[in-house]
Amino acid sequence: MAPQLDPMIGRYLRLEIEGVPHRLYFEEAGQGIPLVCLHTAGADNRQFRHLLADPEITSRFRVLAFDMPWHGKSTPPEGWEKTEYRLTTASYTAAIRAFCTAMELDRPAVMGCSIGGRIVLNLAIAHAAEFRALIALEAADFQQPWYDTSWLHRPDVHGGEVCAALISGLIAPHSPPVHRHETLWMYMQGGPGVFKGDLYFYRVDGDLREKVKGIDTKACPLILLTGEYDFSCTAEDTLRTASHIAGVEVQIMKEVGHFPMSENPAKFREYILPVLARIS
Amino acid sequence: MTPADRFAHLADLLPADADLIRRGRWLSVECRIDVGDEPFFLTIRDGVLASLERGPRLMRSTTFVFRATGEAWTNHWKAVPAPGWHDLFALTKRGVASMDGDLRPLLQNLQYFKDLLALPRERH
Repeated sequence: MAPQLDPMIGRYLRLEIEGVPHRLYFEEAGQGIPLVCLHTAGADNRQFRHLLADPEITSRFRVLAFDMPWHGKSTPPEGWEKTEYRLTTASYTAAIRAFCTAMELDRPAVMGCSIGGRIVLNLAIAHAAEFRALIALEAADFQQPWYDTSWLHRPDVHGGEVCAALISGLIAPHSPPVHRHETLWMYMQGGPGVFKGDLYFYRVDGDLREKVKGIDTKACPLILLTGEYDFSCTAEDTLRTASHIAGVEVQIMKEVGHFPMSENPAKFREYILPVLARIS
Repeated sequence: MTPADRFAHLADLLPADADLIRRGRWLSVECRIDVGDEPFFLTIRDGVLASLERGPRLMRSTTFVFRATGEAWTNHWKAVPAPGWHDLFALTKRGVASMDGDLRPLLQNLQYFKDLLALPRERH
């Protein structure tokens, strides 16, 4: 029998981000409009494996999903052992733009989830002309914190297990157990302090409440999709954000939580295919 | 059945879940769970519920307390909880539950406690 191979191909990209050499892992599949996918805090590009293997999407889109620096199979920068990882609006934006430039992508669409959704809002605020469309999953201009992040990185609590246990509640009860647990597995594998470092951007550095009012959706379409079971970025958070942005498209996804593409790929497909059809 | 009556069956529910006991095998702690106004005192040894005592105990000290309103537990234990009632932290975020004391054993065994406190959930 022939080998059963998934269609995506993984490679390592050498590039500089804010003047620092990086080696980023990414996977891609398909041809057509570049669609760059941004994973959630403390996770990696595997969250998008179902999109990367969906012929209805890859027949029209070149789907690319990279592991952010410090995440997944991307190598942390030289000297990482002497620093505390902290993601900022500037460093996150720089990483995305550097990836798109290094890959020579022509006005890609970008879809990000959670912190990836928040940074998509910043791309809409500051760099809209560089993108064809922006899709923010589980995104809002601000969200009320719901736990103390100091529990995420300390020697007496297993970081991977506490991260997974905390975010497990953000998955909808309807999501198939196999996908729920695969989503959790990725969280269990994050490097020490990386999830916490991502949340620095979320909680301290990334408050966009005033700035979203300046988004021009004529320069670049913006679509917001949020799962009803996401109590971190609630439907109310997303709808409030949308109310400040003229021309934004917003939808609340039923029976979905904070990780639509990985916790319930079939259900997410029902929502994302019409969105992708409109931008292709 | 009141939510407290429902929780009182925990001593029957946990022994039926061998996987949860396996995952809790490193945990031994005394903690308190309040269901509405009713306190329950749990003694957990190696993941097994050694005792479940219902009602007030004078000057009883525990490592931590997790408490939620009767409405919160009733909604949390629906077969399919509605959004915002489906996780312990969803309850704390909406202000119908709280925790205090030494939270370290809770966080060290967080999925165990989430699953333990979901055991009274209605079955289809």
